[in-house]
Amino acid sequence: MKPSLDWQIATVRAVRSETPKVKTFTLSLPAWTPHRAGQHYDVRLTAPDGYQTQRSYSIASEPERTGEIDLTIERIETGEVSPYFHDVIVPGDQVEVRGPIGGYFVWQASRPEPLLLVAGGSGVVPLMSMLRHRAAARATGPARLLYSSRTLEDIIYYGELSALQDGQASLGVYHTLTRAQPAAWKGYTRRIDQPMLAEVVRPLGRSAQAYVCGPTLLVESAADALVRLGLNRAQIRTERFGPTNLAQGG
Amino acid sequence: MPDRFISRGFVGKPRPADQAGRLPPGQYLTDGFPVLSAGPTPHISLDRWTFTLEGLVKNKVTWTWAEFLKLPAQRFVVDISCVTKWTKLDTQWEGISVDTLLKQVDLDPKAQFVVAFSHEGYTTNLPLSEVVNGQAFVAYRYDGQPLPPEHGGPARLVVPHLYFWKSAKWVAGLRFVERDQPGFWVSAGYHDHGDPWKEERYSSR
Repeated sequence: MKPSLDWQIATVRAVRSETPKVKTFTLSLPAWTPHRAGQHYDVRLTAPDGYQTQRSYSIASEPERTGEIDLTIERIETGEVSPYFHDVIVPGDQVEVRGPIGGYFVWQASRPEPLLLVAGGSGVVPLMSMLRHRAAARATGPARLLYSSRTLEDIIYYGELSALQDGQASLGVYHTLTRAQPAAWKGYTRRIDQPMLAEVVRPLGRSAQAYVCGPTLLVESAADALVRLGLNRAQIRTERFGPTNLAQGG
Repeated sequence: MPDRFISRGFVGKPRPADQAGRLPPGQYLTDGFPVLSAGPTPHISLDRWTFTLEGLVKNKVTWTWAEFLKLPAQRFVVDISCVTKWTKLDTQWEGISVDTLLKQVDLDPKAQFVVAFSHEGYTTNLPLSEVVNGQAFVAYRYDGQPLPPEHGGPARLVVPHLYFWKSAKWVAGLRFVERDQPGFWVSAGYHDHGDPWKEERYSSR
């Protein structure tokens, strides 16, 4: 049977809190197909009166994990689907999904170029799939993640990122905290800007392949800065979320 | 088909009656204007900007920015839907109808499809029959202001009856062709046509 993007009913196997506003949902899929890191699934909710709504959520897990995926979802207070996931969904529940979807914001460990990942807030989720895939594939090319969060407790995957970095000399993880920093904080303390990007990208050289994901304003300014730093447009892949009239989430 | 799946405990937000019938399946309403694009936003200066009609036309036509602004403009109020699920009602635009542009060229009758191409290399494909008769325009003002670069300024194509990735940002021209040629997002797994009311989101691989 040819793989298709049919809707399927997944079973929630686990729910894990990542930060006060972010949870990871592990879904078992009856028709699992391997994804490419960076892709997403569509989720469809159906009310008893037939009303349906859909959202797209990035896959957080690596394609080497068979039969299931992790979706890491930030709770949007005014949202319709993320509060449902956070407040209603418990292990054993069923959710209608289809995927994997998306053919451009994807990375495979066989790519030879140095890898630059730039994230703001929950924009780290598809990039985490890339880092988990990179670790599972034992890729050893240089890779760096620059990740902007508001406060220490808002950093998603903090422990796992530290462990990944400790285990791989070729991986560098750089945090910036834009709103508040703990006393002994050694990372950056401002929004991502061109001097910060220059420091992080320089050792990767001009051939780096960049993936930038986060709130619109962060992505706009980071992608513009990377162009000014000499990367070609084709070396910069972006994924933006959030309306343009909101302040940078950080 | 088994009985329809119901999401346990899901009721959804209240749906105002005046929006009934305007929200395509699977979409949600937004008041914001999300930005979606695959790479950095190009900042195209107006003195370098051009717009070209080419391909199956008797004489290729290219306008500069100043020349383009002299073409008869119209106002458009349209609902737009993005494949990433948001729909925005009553968006207000100003620009040039594709019908107006087509009056400036002799189109070869063999032309059946259009490739909209952008200043930074993006392409999107459309049937010719879906950009004529008031169905598409090249917009340079949004909500009474010049169209900002992140939304496709100086000018973008707007084809409101299809998912918004067909509405090429930073549009540099239209190429008329005989056979359909997959555009950027079609090559990346999205639907060739993209009608939101039929939920033509993705290609079946």
